[in-house]
Amino acid sequence: MSGHLSHPAGAEPLVRIARREGVGFWQKVLVRAAAVLLALVVDALFLFFVTGLNPLRVYGVMWGGTFANFTRFSWMLRDLSSLLCVGIALAPAFKMRFWNVGGEGQILIGGLVAALVMVQLGSSLPAPLLILAMGLGAVAAGALWGFVPAWFKARWNTNETLFTLMMNYVATSIVACAVNIMRGKNSALGTLNRASRAGWFPAIFGQRYTINIIVVLVLTFAMYAYLRWSKHGYEISVVGESENTARYAGINVRKVMLRTMLLSGGICGLCGFMLVAGRDQTISTATAGGRGFTAIIVAWLAKFNTFYMALISFLLVFLERGASEIASAYSLNEYGADIITGVILFFILGSEFFINYRLIIRGIHKEGR
Amino acid sequence: MKKLLALLLSLAMLAALAACGAQGTAQGGTPAGDGAALKIGAIMLGDETEGYTAAHINGIKAAAKELGIADDQIIWKYQVKEDSGCYEAAEDLVGQGCGLIISNSYGHQDYMAQAAEQHPDVIFAAMTGDYAAISGLDNLKNAFNYTFESRYVSGVVAGMKLKEIIENGTLTPEVQPNSFDADGNVKIGYVGAYPYAEVVSGYTAFYLGVKSVYEKVVMDVMYTNSWFDIDKEGANAEALVANGAVIVCQHADSTGAPAAVQKLKDNGTLCWSVGYNIDMLDTAPTAALTSATNNWKVYYKYLFETMMNGQEVPADWSAGYADDAVAITPLGPEVAEGTADKVAEVESALKAGTLHVFDTSTFTVGGQPVTTAPFDLSIIDFATGNVIYQGDTLETIQDGYFSESTLRSAPYFTLRIDGISESGAE
Repeated sequence: MSGHLSHPAGAEPLVRIARREGVGFWQKVLVRAAAVLLALVVDALFLFFVTGLNPLRVYGVMWGGTFANFTRFSWMLRDLSSLLCVGIALAPAFKMRFWNVGGEGQILIGGLVAALVMVQLGSSLPAPLLILAMGLGAVAAGALWGFVPAWFKARWNTNETLFTLMMNYVATSIVACAVNIMRGKNSALGTLNRASRAGWFPAIFGQRYTINIIVVLVLTFAMYAYLRWSKHGYEISVVGESENTARYAGINVRKVMLRTMLLSGGICGLCGFMLVAGRDQTISTATAGGRGFTAIIVAWLAKFNTFYMALISFLLVFLERGASEIASAYSLNEYGADIITGVILFFILGSEFFINYRLIIRGIHKEGR
Repeated sequence: MKKLLALLLSLAMLAALAACGAQGTAQGGTPAGDGAALKIGAIMLGDETEGYTAAHINGIKAAAKELGIADDQIIWKYQVKEDSGCYEAAEDLVGQGCGLIISNSYGHQDYMAQAAEQHPDVIFAAMTGDYAAISGLDNLKNAFNYTFESRYVSGVVAGMKLKEIIENGTLTPEVQPNSFDADGNVKIGYVGAYPYAEVVSGYTAFYLGVKSVYEKVVMDVMYTNSWFDIDKEGANAEALVANGAVIVCQHADSTGAPAAVQKLKDNGTLCWSVGYNIDMLDTAPTAALTSATNNWKVYYKYLFETMMNGQEVPADWSAGYADDAVAITPLGPEVAEGTADKVAEVESALKAGTLHVFDTSTFTVGGQPVTTAPFDLSIIDFATGNVIYQGDTLETIQDGYFSESTLRSAPYFTLRIDGISESGAE
């Protein structure tokens, strides 16, 4: 609101960017709403002039992608919970400024272990034990995938961005190889344990993924509490702000790093397990579906507040489902629909800039609003 | 304020869960077969920008047009991968009142079967699938054309070219020494996607087509391990030509191979290309001889008509030249003289049923003629070794030929015949 520094007019650039302080809650909401509205207007122009469709009707279809009936709404919840789960997993790592871009690999390796346990022990273990074994195996595998880059960083200060990224490729290749072996002479792997359905989540309220939604709901609260009120959470934020400060305060930075990445990878592994047992009943290199990367946006935009993360996940899933519904309803191909959602995302991300900063144009020496 | 928002959000999630219980899976589809009210859902692996799916889209549209089915009676789902997204798409289409749901890729079949179990009133046609008949699901259907027939005819076109360039002295061991093996056979090549029956059946048919015109020929098959990989298909075609292949055929969906062959041809190598699915003349104006294609309209028209008349759709459907379900694309500018006449002759023999592609007198396996080749129709889960669907074991050799796509619609020819070598399978 204030904080405007006056310079001699001659030395001042045409446009300056200054940090905006103390923006009120409603002001933020207002800026974001304006951004969405503006995006819809730009999209309307695109729709009208490029495709010749009635924009309002297209928006109706888009809305219907999530809200047309209850089944679609429940799919939205399912997708939201998958994305949110990864966001929850990444949040502690990113909060401590550990760039874990390896969510994709951690999900995949967790999913793979779950799938292997499901196939190997499917006929020998009773259902609850089997599902427990799948879950534990997946969490352990995901945690390991997160631990390795953290250990290397703690030990030799390797670059975790590159390391976790590389681990994605390793995981993808291992999954591709395992899928090839498992499918044998069939041309596709298909669903696992199709006849016995061993290791599939039981259907609750008619859907297997109900369990996924419940687990993620619990995690949302748990992670919020962990980051906000626990000693661990405090340590994470101190390490994130400044490692030196953390060390000065007597925090064992290495220990925090390793512990946090075990947690981060473990939750990603859990997500892989839930995708296999609750949604796909199979494993493929596409199981993670880019969530490991999308969730980074989710975690950052929400500034690691898990409830905001839920809101942003909803927005992303809503846009994605809306886009494919538009593609289906108007025989537009996916590219057309992607442009529409892309514009909306662009404006929303852009609005964050205007919430945090303001532009000062030379010659206008009034207080910024 | 933040807390309030958080509270509201979690309440919303809880409310949604509770509503789940109230609703359950109560969902009804339109009963199949009520004439003009037929609503069709189409689940497509790609979209119109990709040859394989484009052929299906065009087939469905053409069939619908001929039967007077309006555009809004068809609901499209594009870019549906071979995962649970397919099940979801099927469920969604049922929810929108579709009485018939089509999927166009093999990997969709499991998810179609899953949906078929849930909705016995809706017909699910899993194109190119292989277990509808033994799945115990009355509403799951499969269909596949006699693509091996059009492959054979495209092989005849290639054989004519080989015969011409050998007889008029264009291709001799002096001109292109590595195009001949130690026994004086001419080398040809084939870019295959995966070592599946569909591909084996196709390349064998192509090879036998070539051989029916020019006897002294050997073929190399190189796999890409992908249905669509423009770079790898191009690289494989280059490798095949470098190894001496004079003609390169393909069973993969991109234009990578014909483009690579055209480039090599422009640089002075003697080589031509035979494509698949679509006319390759845009990509390879002088190198392309022809392409084997499917005319999916024939099945789709049959399927829609049968359902509109309220009749039972068979679990397996397959047809070839006799029903115009397969064809080759227009001949390229460099085909041998007399090719069109020869093609017409072969096509009419296939139509009349006097010519069989897999005639056992035309090939050997391990040096021996094939007299018996039992085929087990069961579907096995190779991850656990369990049988998923039990099928019969039936004899495929009848009246001196391998009877392809008659025991079920999806191809099952997997004999590795003499004269063909394979590499690159993962």
